[in-house]
Amino acid sequence: MLKFLVKGILRDHHRSRFPILIVSAGVMLTVLIHCWVSGVLGEMIDTSAAFATGHVKIMSRAYAENEGQIPNDLALSGVGSLVSELNQDYPDMTWVERIKFGGLLDVPDSNGETRSQGPVMGIAVQLFSENSGEVERLNIEKSIVKGRMPRQPGEVLISDQFAEKLDVSPGDQVTLMSSTMYGGMAMQNYIVVGTISFGVVAMDRSAMIMDFTDAQIVLDMTDSAGEILGYFENNIYSDERARRMVAAFNMKYEPDTDEFAPIMLRLGEQNGLDSMLEYISSFIGMFILIFVAAMSIVLWNAALIGGLRRYGEVGLRLAIGENKGHVYSSMLLESVFIGCVGSVIGTVIGLGISYYLQTVGFDISDSLQNVTMMIPSVFRAHVTAQAYYIGFIPGLFSTVLGTALAGIGIYRRNTARLFKELEV
Amino acid sequence: MKIVFLLLVIYVPGFSQTPSGEYLLDKIDQNMSSDSRVFTSKMVIHGRRGSRTVESKTWAIGEEKSFTEYLAPAREKDTKMLKLEDQLWMYSPATDRTIQISGHMLRQSVMGSDLSYEDMMDDKKLQTHYTAAVVGTDTIESRPCWILELQAKTKDVAYEMRKLWVDQQRYLPLRQELYAKSGKLLKRMELSEIVRHGKRWYPMHILFKDMLKDGKGTEFMVDDIEFDVTIPDYRFSKASLRR
Repeated sequence: MLKFLVKGILRDHHRSRFPILIVSAGVMLTVLIHCWVSGVLGEMIDTSAAFATGHVKIMSRAYAENEGQIPNDLALSGVGSLVSELNQDYPDMTWVERIKFGGLLDVPDSNGETRSQGPVMGIAVQLFSENSGEVERLNIEKSIVKGRMPRQPGEVLISDQFAEKLDVSPGDQVTLMSSTMYGGMAMQNYIVVGTISFGVVAMDRSAMIMDFTDAQIVLDMTDSAGEILGYFENNIYSDERARRMVAAFNMKYEPDTDEFAPIMLRLGEQNGLDSMLEYISSFIGMFILIFVAAMSIVLWNAALIGGLRRYGEVGLRLAIGENKGHVYSSMLLESVFIGCVGSVIGTVIGLGISYYLQTVGFDISDSLQNVTMMIPSVFRAHVTAQAYYIGFIPGLFSTVLGTALAGIGIYRRNTARLFKELEV
Repeated sequence: MKIVFLLLVIYVPGFSQTPSGEYLLDKIDQNMSSDSRVFTSKMVIHGRRGSRTVESKTWAIGEEKSFTEYLAPAREKDTKMLKLEDQLWMYSPATDRTIQISGHMLRQSVMGSDLSYEDMMDDKKLQTHYTAAVVGTDTIESRPCWILELQAKTKDVAYEMRKLWVDQQRYLPLRQELYAKSGKLLKRMELSEIVRHGKRWYPMHILFKDMLKDGKGTEFMVDDIEFDVTIPDYRFSKASLRR
């Protein structure tokens, strides 16, 4: 029976070409959008986790309230004992201390006076600690454009764009001017040993990477840190576990009314990531729904036209005694076949384009000049396991739905009228 | 004769019931501005983690030149600041660097206080840069005041609008509110401990409050001040920053 139907479809191009084309195009779009959104979202989450939010982050309550201003005067104190405690309570996690700071980076001329200067956004990470994994996490070594990694205190990296703007080369001295944790003036000379390009617009504009201990000294932050970031094992984020951990940690410190007591936030709670993820998933859901509805209407229409063309055939089949249910189910079976073929073709093309976009990416750095969020400047698609089957859902559903709607007419034809039609 | 006296009472602002804004600005400038001054001061910065005191000595000529040397605490000691017209340099002994402060940095806080570098540089005569109008009266610390509204008439001022509560007897502002062009209140100053220095009245204590920041503000206390003293020119050179 199936073989008979397939042969019929393949031999009668009018019955298959248009529906397969429609289904293929729709499925291709579904697969492509799924891969693109997965890629963009994944990169945004990974970049955000690595540079800004961690999988969970601990700050002082006062710091968390004004986090956007990087208020180091409200930073966490006693971080040494807090990190030991965290290592004991959550031994499978990696905890790293960081300090972010703003300030002015000044480049001297031969007389020690200002040659060039610009506002700097600094991140102090544990550059010289092998256990922290910060160099790998932030991909620092591979991001170096010129020069080398810092090897000793007093050596820093600055972003390549910033270095060009300030006319600084590896080996040059620069002076950082910032504020200490207590509001005092912080000024220190450093040697730029390399320039970096992260591919993150907000960082590449004016970033400076220095060792955490160097920052503690210049910013008068002994045993203090702006943030403690926690990363799950193998760097794989688990929202469920993060929620449990956050609830337990915050409950422990709830009785402490000090504004400098620690508070833990999970990745989604920071930078509006939760609402962004929710928005994007509902966007994808809505897209698929609209797509299924639109394709069903098109295929319904195609099946109606096909039905008209096959009016005689269906009539004859009914006249020779084939029951209406059988005719209807055979047409549905045909549509399943068309849906499958269209879905396979659409998935293959969609995956092909997605692989291309995964490899090459799409550079949007020009349109992110004033963006301060941790957004990668090159967006890439990501071919997920789901991408291999997601297109079949709308592909099959819409063809079957379209045929089911068009085929209802079969049940409306009565025998007397049928014979009259066949006489003609 | 009586008519002449009456006319004098009407036209000489000092004798009238409500003086003109321009007259008050002139009187304020006479109190607050000087050809030159040397003073030592303390700045008590009240932050959320506690308070810290910064001590400094300042030499200034008119509204164009000033030189400040920080005396304490140890971390800031020997840091120096030089202002020449609208340019500002800072020297830090720890780095042996002279850094020019410009652009958006001028709006940053000085030593974590409620004062910006722009505020520190703002020694301009009010009369030169603002038009003024008396808009009401009030009482501060039992002293009757005129409320004076100032609107900038030049572009090179840090605040587009100011509101001053001017002591009716001493012609010195006891309160100042500084506003942005949008009308948003940015800073408030409370001036107190008014003392007589020769012909002028001068506040020895000013409480600055940055209205956009949490905290209790910054107290600026003048320990000792001398007006119209001779200051050698070398004091206002970049070379003196490193001395």
